[in-house]
Formats: sequence, C-alpha cells, structure tokens
Amino acid sequence: MPEHDVLIVGAGLAGMRAGIESFRNGVDVAIITKVHPVRSHSNAAQGGINAAMGGEGSDDSWEIHAYDTVKGSDWLGDQDAIEIMAREAPQDIYELEHMGVIFARDEYGRLTTRNFGGASRQRTFFVADITGQAILHVMHEQVLKSGMRVYEEWFVLSLIKQDGACVGVVAMDIISGAVEVIRAKAVVLATGGIGRVYEPSTNGLICTGDGHALAYRIGAPMMDMEMVQYHPTTLKGNGALLTEGARGEGAYLINSEGDRFMKTYAPSKMELASRDVVSRSEITEIQEGRGVDGCVFLDCRHLGEKLIMERLGQIYELALEFANVDMVKDPVPVRPGMHYIMGGVKTDVDGATQIPGLYAAGEGANISIHGGNRLGANSLLETVVFGRRAGAAAAEYAQQSGAHPAAPESDLIEAQCQKFQMLMDRPDPGFTTAKLRLEMGVSMDKNVSVYRDEAGMQETLKTLQDLRARFDKICVHDKGKVYNWNLYSTLEMENMLDVAEAIVVSALARKESRGAHARLDYTERDDDEWLKHTLVYHSPEGPLIDFSPVTITQWPPERRVY
Amino acid sequence: MTTVNLKVKRYDPETKESRYQEYSIDVDENAALLDAIIAVREYQDPTLAVRCSCRSAICGSCGMRVNGHARLACKTKLAEIAPNGETVTVEPMGNMKPIKDLVTDMTAFWDKVKQIQPWLRAQQPPPDHEHIAKPDAMMDLAGTMNCIMCGCCVSDCASLEVDQNFIGPAALAKAYRFVGDPRETEQARDDRLKELSKYGGVWDCTHCFECVQVCPKDVAPMDRILDLRRTAMEAGYQDNYGAKHSNSFAKSVKNSGWLNEARVAVESFGVDDVSAQLKMLPTGVRALLRGKMPPLLHHKRPGSEHVKRIFQEMEND
Repeated sequence: MPEHDVLIVGAGLAGMRAGIESFRNGVDVAIITKVHPVRSHSNAAQGGINAAMGGEGSDDSWEIHAYDTVKGSDWLGDQDAIEIMAREAPQDIYELEHMGVIFARDEYGRLTTRNFGGASRQRTFFVADITGQAILHVMHEQVLKSGMRVYEEWFVLSLIKQDGACVGVVAMDIISGAVEVIRAKAVVLATGGIGRVYEPSTNGLICTGDGHALAYRIGAPMMDMEMVQYHPTTLKGNGALLTEGARGEGAYLINSEGDRFMKTYAPSKMELASRDVVSRSEITEIQEGRGVDGCVFLDCRHLGEKLIMERLGQIYELALEFANVDMVKDPVPVRPGMHYIMGGVKTDVDGATQIPGLYAAGEGANISIHGGNRLGANSLLETVVFGRRAGAAAAEYAQQSGAHPAAPESDLIEAQCQKFQMLMDRPDPGFTTAKLRLEMGVSMDKNVSVYRDEAGMQETLKTLQDLRARFDKICVHDKGKVYNWNLYSTLEMENMLDVAEAIVVSALARKESRGAHARLDYTERDDDEWLKHTLVYHSPEGPLIDFSPVTITQWPPERRVY
Repeated sequence: MTTVNLKVKRYDPETKESRYQEYSIDVDENAALLDAIIAVREYQDPTLAVRCSCRSAICGSCGMRVNGHARLACKTKLAEIAPNGETVTVEPMGNMKPIKDLVTDMTAFWDKVKQIQPWLRAQQPPPDHEHIAKPDAMMDLAGTMNCIMCGCCVSDCASLEVDQNFIGPAALAKAYRFVGDPRETEQARDDRLKELSKYGGVWDCTHCFECVQVCPKDVAPMDRILDLRRTAMEAGYQDNYGAKHSNSFAKSVKNSGWLNEARVAVESFGVDDVSAQLKMLPTGVRALLRGKMPPLLHHKRPGSEHVKRIFQEMEND
C-alpha cells in the first residue's frame, strides 16, 4: 500500500503549489489527480493575477488591494485572511517569475500590469490572455523538476477518517480500474470548482466539486456556498469565457441601442465594477428589452487590431470560432454565465479544515478571501498564496505526527468494489446520469443564479430531492474496468448532488442580498442580522445550517458603490 | 439541429481488438465535433471513452485523428468538415498506444518532455525582484507558450513514425522556449544545445510540415526546430550529421551554383568516416541501377558567380 507524508488531491495551481511547498519542507509528498496536471482548469484563467507592488507613479499598497478585496466581497471576506493575501502577493509574483512564467513586460524589461474589475489601482500582472495556462504549465515544470510522485488519472473515492483525523484516501486508478488505499499523514484538497452543478457554465467538464463533497462527508463544513459568481462576459452560444481583461484593456459593454449602459449602474467604475454588479446590470438591461437574443455586447472595436491580437488573442479566436464574430470589426454578444464559487470547505489562513490532518486550498477552499464576490485576478493569487501556505502547514503537521496509523485497508477497498458492482448490476431505469445532471444544472441556473427568490429556490430544492431519488436507481452500463467514464461520472454526480443541495440550502438560509447573492425577496444587505458566514454540515438527515462570525480588522462595513 | 454521422475507431482493452463503430446523432448547427462525441457518450453509448474538459481549446485533452489528421475535437466545427452530413471518421491519435477507444497512452509523450529538462535554469539565487528581460525576447517566446501539450503534432509526426527515438515536435518546441529565454544561464543554454544536437534531436526532423499543419494553437513546432538548429550551429555544435549536411549543402551551392549531391552525401557523414560511407553504398548502387546516380564530375553552373555573390552579401549582413 502506498504511503506518503502529504498527499495533495488535485493538480491545478493550488495543488501543485502546495505540493512544491511540502516538497521544499522536506517531506515525502505526492499528488493525486483525476486528469493530467496540465489539463486542470486553472488553465482557463485568462486575465491575470493581482499584486499591489506600487512602482513608479503608483500609490498602490497592500492596504488598498486588501480594501478593494473587502469591498468586492461585500464585507463578507475575512479581513485577516485578505490582509495576508494582499501582503504576500508581491513575493509570490516574483517567485512565479523566477520559476519561469513569461509575464508581460514594459519597455524597460520590468513586469507590467493591466486594469481589472473592482480594483481601484492598476495591479493585474498578466501573460496575454492565457495567464492561467502560462502559470499552470510552469508550475507543472517545477513538479517535474522535483520528481515527486504524481498519481495521474486517479479518482479519489473517499477520505479515510480515523480517530477523528484524516489519514489518507481510497482512490481508483481510472486507467486500470484498480481501487487502492493511499495512506497519508496529511491530505490537502485542491480540487477546484463546481461548475458542472450548473448548466451552462464556463467551467470544464472536470469541475464537479469532488473535494467539497469528500470533506463534507467526513464532517468538515462548507462555508458561504450560496455565493456563486456569474461572469459578465461569457460568449453567446457555447458560453465560453471572455476575459475581464478585455474590459481592463478598455472594451465597452453596450446594449441594443449602442449605449454604454454601465453608466446607469456604476457611473465611476463603469465596465470595471465588481462582477456581481456588472452581471446584475446586464440582466436588468436584457429584461428591460435592451438586449438582443438574451445578450448584450462586448465592444472591442476601438481597441484596434494590434492590441487585440497581442493581448486578447485567445478570446479573439474564441469569438471567431464559436460565435462567428470578428471582434476587431463587430461587437461580441455576451451574457452572464456561471463561472466560480466563492464558497468552499472552511479553512483557517493556513488551509486547515476542522478535521485534523485535512487541509484545503484554491477554489475548493473557503478561507475566506472572496466573501460574497470574488474580484477578477484574485483567484490565481489565492491559489499560489494559500496553496503555498497549505503545503507548508500540511508538511509541518505530517512531520509532527508519528507513524502512519494502520487503517483497515481491505475493508475500505471491498466496500468501494461492492458499490461499483451494485451500480453495474442494477436494471436500466430508463434515464442516465447525464440526463440527471442536465436537469440539475438547468434548474440551478434558473433559480439559484444572478437573481434568486424563495419560491424559485424551493422549486430547485424539490428538484434536487427528486433527482436524488432517481439517482439511487442509476445503472452503470459500462461493465469494463479500464477508463470507465460511465462509472466515474456517476460518482461525480453523487458529489455534485451534495454540493448543489448545500448551495441551495445555504442560499435559502441567507435572507438578505449581499455580493453575488441577490434576492428579489430580500433586496437589501442587512449587516445587523447577516454579517456572518453560513456553514453547512453533512448529516444523515440532510444538510445542517450554522453560522460563524466574519473577521473585521480595519474596514468596517460601508455602502458599496462603484 | 442537424444530424451528424460518426465512424469511430474503438479499441477494446480487454480483447485488445480494434473496430469501427458508426453513430448518428442530432446536434446544434454550430456544434463542434466534441459536442457530438459527448452527446453520443451521454445519450447513446456510455462505454465510449474520450478525454475532454474545457471545450475551448485550452486544456489540450481532446486530441484525436479526424478524417486522418490530428485535431482538437472541441476546435473542429462540424459545419466545416461535414457541411452536407458526410460521415466523419474519428480515430485515436497516432504514434501512441490506445488505452481504450479515443484515449491514448501519453507516457512516451511526457517522457520526451521530461528528457529536455523542461524547467528554467536561471542564475541562482534569483534576484530580489523580477529578472529584467527585453520585452521583445519574451514576446518571441509567446508563440511556443501557446502550446497546450495536446499531442496533435506528435500524433502526426512522420519522423517519429519511423524512429521512436526522435524527441519529437512538442518536446522540441518546449526546448526552444528555454533556449530562447534570456533568463537562462549561458551554461544551461549551451548544455541544452549540445544535447539537442545529438541523435534523436533537432536534426532528426524531416521537415514534412505535418506538425505545423495540425497544431491547433499555431505553435509551428517545425519552425522552432529550425530555429534550434540555427542556434545550435551558431553556438558551434557542427560535429554531427545534420550540421555537416547543412554546411556541405550551403558550400556546394555557394561554390558551384547548384547541388553536388554525391559530395553532400559524403560530407554529411564526414569524409573520414569510412564505415558510414560504406553504409551508403547500397543506396548508391540502387541509384546507379535506376539511372539516378548524380554525375561524378560536378560542373559549375553558368552564372554561379552571382550565386556566390549573394552568399557573400548574406554572410556580410
């Protein structure tokens, strides 16, 4: 049975950064991931990564970056964590540069920045519009350099909890179908987002909230799961992401009358207001009849061909390939689309969850940096700052714990194999996992999206209960062992049902509007009652809601205007 | 909606047999090939194995052969390749073993990437701030940075097909990304060029252009390989068949206005390498029998002095 001091689940940016930090701390670390590391969804981050470095002619500081983040979060972010991120950001940017990331540079050869949403200063470092891809590939280079073990294309089935602590995982090698126990003194979850809970979503097909569900089932709470971000500029048709960097470079949002409608909603920041604000504005424009086919337009024409090709080449391609629009010549039809979840497994500032030995980092964790709404280019930053911190903390925890505790290995494996057999032996119920997922996604997008209300969310909650009952009849048709997508996508669906339910229950609980959680039946932010985090715990009877206070260090709540 | 007809090459890992299976499915007019494959997997045949995730040509998972050439399925519009409902043939990538259906074993692919030591080797310790580097030099790397390691170039590489030892287009393009990086130390750059000039390296590409043609991200691996050759020769790595061939080729044209084929053949292996020369003998005999032996006496072409002048002007530039 394989054993490691630290086992990282997920090989996106947070996971690989955590792995590298554990490695540097001298422990035996391995990464386990359901796709090859460079297929991870960190790839899709386009626009950039924030850090307040000041520099010539700029009065930027970590405090201003932190304040912008607090304001972006609608005061739901924990300010101690936000301070850490803003303070440590510059050093992490330099480290990425030293690792080999080819950031954009100015004429003097120094790193340069672009504007981004919700930021009062220009502080977004970038690599054209492929920042995530550029950093992800470099991080993978560092993993290769370290020589650490990577379990590629392994799917984690469950976390092993023994005497209250997490001591490893049960996992399936997707290629061979073999189930194994991998013991670890500390486990770091870095499994990313939950986009597939929604339909459509900008997220890849792999974003199924596995880590959220794994931690939840062994008793770690998820926090602020109602906070789901809709990105203002997703492409009409296939819903592909078009970076906020476009607006950072000066692109406009216009309605069917050609008006820059953001002047009505955010007269000072205009197109670069927070994402929740811009997405709500777009929905209002469309609902009031100033959209076209459910879309508004991203207008890049005045930016000129040279800038578009050099800095926005990928989204130029996407618009051309998938919507037949040449953005040099025409405005691109866009609409808000599900993009990110601020909520995640609750952790402290070192990534520790409430279960000893279990850590989390990245989109799957909630530290909480983003609170009610994440600022663009803070997510890549979160992955490196808190991936690093979680990797260090997990290594330290592993060093302090004794020998690997013995786990009843064969029972754990046998239980999973029996479950697979049961799934394969069932009669065909006449519907598939894919069909159930689609129903879930459509319902979530209809009722738990940019605007929400009690009736709609109750409808989705009922839908989810119905889906769960039908899911219990699902049959896996592929009886083979090798690369059985039918099997592992069914296990992903099981994870997503837990996540979806947690989102809806949390959203029903929060009776106010804050950040991305905009309720038509409680339209105002209510600091007296709701300046607190929602927690959701797993129980056999269903999700249990609890609350915890928000940490305020130096920025008391204010009215949020852009 | 429109109906798509797919003919998919399937590989059964248990029987180790391949067969073609046809599917017919309705998809949106704007659909990509991947959308159709996903629809088949979700609604017709959940046993069909394929890797995919982002659906926007960034994760590099869905490389496969489409009508004989490697492509990303998510970046392949059905309206373009089958405007009138023609059957689309889908097969796993080439130069890799199948694992199941369209899922291939990319172990060898990644081993070759590892072989080029794919990480920046800059001066240690690093500066307190960022490295100062010319923006032009960095922009030059932008093209190779677009590489998403999908494997399409390797799938269709003609050299790899005949020689598994060839490092291949993806890993060599990645090597260029480091050789061209101004932050690498002189020593690291030199070591890389030396390694890349060996057997299996930059000189084993046959310029068939397949990798340039099939790359979905315009990385143009072959162009990067040619850049590496030039850089390696400039750095003095000329004692190998490839560099000698190139030098002899240029010398012949410069001096006579055209190619002295017999001499190029001899000089490529080195005039004093008798065993290599002997290995060429059968080729020479076959050429002779078919009347394709180049003339043993090589005459200058009329006007060859103009060619020489062009060479001299280029050398002076």
